[in-house]
Amino acid sequence: MGKNHKKLLNNLKKLRKTAGLTQQELSVNAEVSRKSINAIENGIYVPSTVLALKISRTLDCKVEDIFELPD
Amino acid sequence: MKEKRRKHLLNLGLWTWSWVATLAIATFGPQLIWDDHTLLTTIAIVTNLANGVLMIMANRKLFNHFDELERKIHLESMALTLGLAVIVGLTYSLLDQTNLIPYDAEIGTLVGFIGVTYIITLLVNRIKYR
Amino acid sequence: MKNKVRELRKLKGLTQEQLAEVIGVSRQTINAIEKEKFDPSLPTAFKMARLFELSIEDFFLFEDSK
Repeated sequence: MGKNHKKLLNNLKKLRKTAGLTQQELSVNAEVSRKSINAIENGIYVPSTVLALKISRTLDCKVEDIFELPD
Repeated sequence: MKEKRRKHLLNLGLWTWSWVATLAIATFGPQLIWDDHTLLTTIAIVTNLANGVLMIMANRKLFNHFDELERKIHLESMALTLGLAVIVGLTYSLLDQTNLIPYDAEIGTLVGFIGVTYIITLLVNRIKYR
Repeated sequence: MKNKVRELRKLKGLTQEQLAEVIGVSRQTINAIEKEKFDPSLPTAFKMARLFELSIEDFFLFEDSK
């Protein structure tokens, strides 16, 4: 595992802007810090499954719409 | 996956044993083998230190091989062990400074405490997530 | 977080060992997930979703804290 873990891709930034939310607003709704949202958008941080579900619920879409695990 | 794990474990085991061996040589060598020769003592200590670094690298490789639950178990155990080591270590030092214990506090005792604490917290966390 | 991993695994006729092998985690991890003692990482949830041919929210359900 570890290094041979394929990187998880996301288009959170785009979806968040489409929904008309700021990082701050999204972070409040998803119950995390704004820094976490920023780190996820920059691809630095892979959220937990719970957080991914919360974000997708806030943006009213599926987890798979936001994140993608390449084959 | 299991074969890789065996390889990482074997590697870590070998580096740990050789680290213990070089530590023993550096500890007892000056008195028992080469009679306080400064250069030889320096070489022994540097060899032990270098060996320790390699042991840490082997440990890191094993850690990177762990899956998410194993990492969580180890990280939780490490956090508890670190906290206890700081608190108990300073208490131990205070006991020595205030002469509440009749002997000198040895760093080896603290290292031993860290090892035992880590093993116990690992076992407890393993059971918790079973 | 609640999940239906055990149910879905059995539906696929897999043992914990076999599922662990496919996902690339240990059997203990699968067991802890099934017992809901441990929430899997997002990549692991994705791999499971792919195997079960479902969406992640179909089998991982978290209780609302609000």
